[in-house]
Amino acid sequence: MKLKRQAFSYPYIVWMLIFILAPMVLIVYFAFSSAEGGLSLDSIITALTNEIYMKVLARSVWIALKATVICLLLGYPIAYILSTMKKRTAAILYVLFIVPMWMNFLLRTYAWQVLLDSNGIFNSILSLLGLPAQQFLYTEGAVMLGTVYNFLPFMVLPIYSVLVKLDRSLVEAAADLGANPVLCFIKVVLPQSVPGIISGITMVFIPAITTFAISRLLGGGKFLLYGDLIENQFITLGQSAWPVGSALSFILLVLVLISMAIMRRAEHDAGEQGGMLW
Amino acid sequence: MKKIAIVLVLSMLICCFAGCGASSDAVTLNVLNWGDYIDEELLSQFTEETGIRINYTTLANNEEMLVKLQQEDCIYDLCFPSDYIIERLISMDLLYEINKDNIPNLQYIDDRFLDLSFDPGNKYSIPYMWGTVGILYNTTMVDDPVDSWDILWNEKYAGQILMYNSIRDSMGVALMKLGHSLNTRDEAHILAAEEALIAQKPIVQAYLGDDIKDRMIGGGGALAIVYSGDAMWCMDEIEGNPDLAYAVPESGSNLWFDNIIIPKSSTKTAEAEAFINFLCDPEVAAQNAEYIGYSTPNAAALEMMGADYIENETYNPPQELLDKCEIFHDLGDFINVYNDSWMRVISYAE
Repeated sequence: MKLKRQAFSYPYIVWMLIFILAPMVLIVYFAFSSAEGGLSLDSIITALTNEIYMKVLARSVWIALKATVICLLLGYPIAYILSTMKKRTAAILYVLFIVPMWMNFLLRTYAWQVLLDSNGIFNSILSLLGLPAQQFLYTEGAVMLGTVYNFLPFMVLPIYSVLVKLDRSLVEAAADLGANPVLCFIKVVLPQSVPGIISGITMVFIPAITTFAISRLLGGGKFLLYGDLIENQFITLGQSAWPVGSALSFILLVLVLISMAIMRRAEHDAGEQGGMLW
Repeated sequence: MKKIAIVLVLSMLICCFAGCGASSDAVTLNVLNWGDYIDEELLSQFTEETGIRINYTTLANNEEMLVKLQQEDCIYDLCFPSDYIIERLISMDLLYEINKDNIPNLQYIDDRFLDLSFDPGNKYSIPYMWGTVGILYNTTMVDDPVDSWDILWNEKYAGQILMYNSIRDSMGVALMKLGHSLNTRDEAHILAAEEALIAQKPIVQAYLGDDIKDRMIGGGGALAIVYSGDAMWCMDEIEGNPDLAYAVPESGSNLWFDNIIIPKSSTKTAEAEAFINFLCDPEVAAQNAEYIGYSTPNAAALEMMGADYIENETYNPPQELLDKCEIFHDLGDFINVYNDSWMRVISYAE
């Protein structure tokens, strides 16, 4: 019985070896080799010292941070409202939230292109109101909107799943002991939902920092992000640029791992705090 | 575990058989081309006539095609790269030397398009399509004469200008505006082009690829850089926008050629040559060129397409203009200098 169960994991392990581990090993290998081959730190040094690369990295981190904060500010209230609704209504709204995610995100981003366009629905509304048409598409705002729109469900869902399991009697107890609703929220609900917030932040920040299609489709190629930079190394410059391209990927990978470690740590601390609350 | 191993091995074997199985009775050619760049009806016509099957794949730009052709396990039998990429492929010894005895229809190709500098004697490539780069503009939005690259720097059209998101085309426009060669290796020229593009960036609406066509047809821009074939497509009376017009600046532009090549790794060269010969047939070439809107190098085909095409200056530009145009050449590793400049342009933020 035991052996049989183990056997089920083999395809998964083989899958991971071929499609996850092997590419990672290749990235690391190329990142630490020079264009001529052989071990070298040149590519990493180039990737870290090039002014453009660092500027683009800073911009990518900044856009991802902004998108994460907006997602949190929008997502938390949504999750909270969902969690206080009747089970039935909440279930329907929950499904409505998930349904768009069944569609490929590129298609949804293309749809925003049409909506934001000069002949799109927003400009039609403006012209109905007698206001001059605005250029919405191909602006930094459009990139931000696309990022927030695409990743918002990843913020709402983890927070919702924590909040919905929250013991309501604790809130009632706090209220009975004289805490006003705001205090109840800050002292009771918020601390307990920290694990949800943290996994939400992780699930938004990491894809947002590595995205490149959104900036291309909604930013019109004017807002180069780190992902675009990596693509350019491989596509335009060809084989000789693979080491630098891999070095850029490696830096992004390290950045992602660092942010995950920070989130883990925060979650752990929050867990301890939560324990004290009990 | 054993069972799974067996399943895996079996499925691999099936894949292998599926791959070779086809070749035992009918040969399948793997064709790699740009999107919207052949009348796909012709593919089935070819299969009907010869029994050779076609596995047709598309991609978006020359640089990507180069990456695919450099791979050791390249599976493609036919590709349609541009001039400077062919030059590169020849220098890397990746192309098969075409046996012209198998391509009698080569006689229909206009001499002007044979024996060009990127492939002297057409040893490795056969002309497919050609054209110019120019400015597509919406006559309802532009009231200045469109006769120079400078109009793309005119602040009157701020937010209405569309540029290509490819290095050589956009850097090329800036170089031409400044009167330099498209293939310059003078870093001062490239820096000047970079400065010009950065100065232009605030009035550029976007740097796009093929979507330029849709935006211009939909009235989403006043001025755009396009290839002449795309311009024909956009100006089409039924599917395009009749307000659009195309102009090549008087000072000249980029003249380009897309030729058909067979990678050296191909094992089905005779069948590939049969397909090239089929595409050079005047009737086929005329149908294809009318369908995709690009200029055909096939003189007999152009004759069949009639005065509408022959007298159209977008489709068949006068020789005086072509004499002022320049062809791209492969830059080798010098492309890095262009790339650094281009990166500074698109990462530039005020």
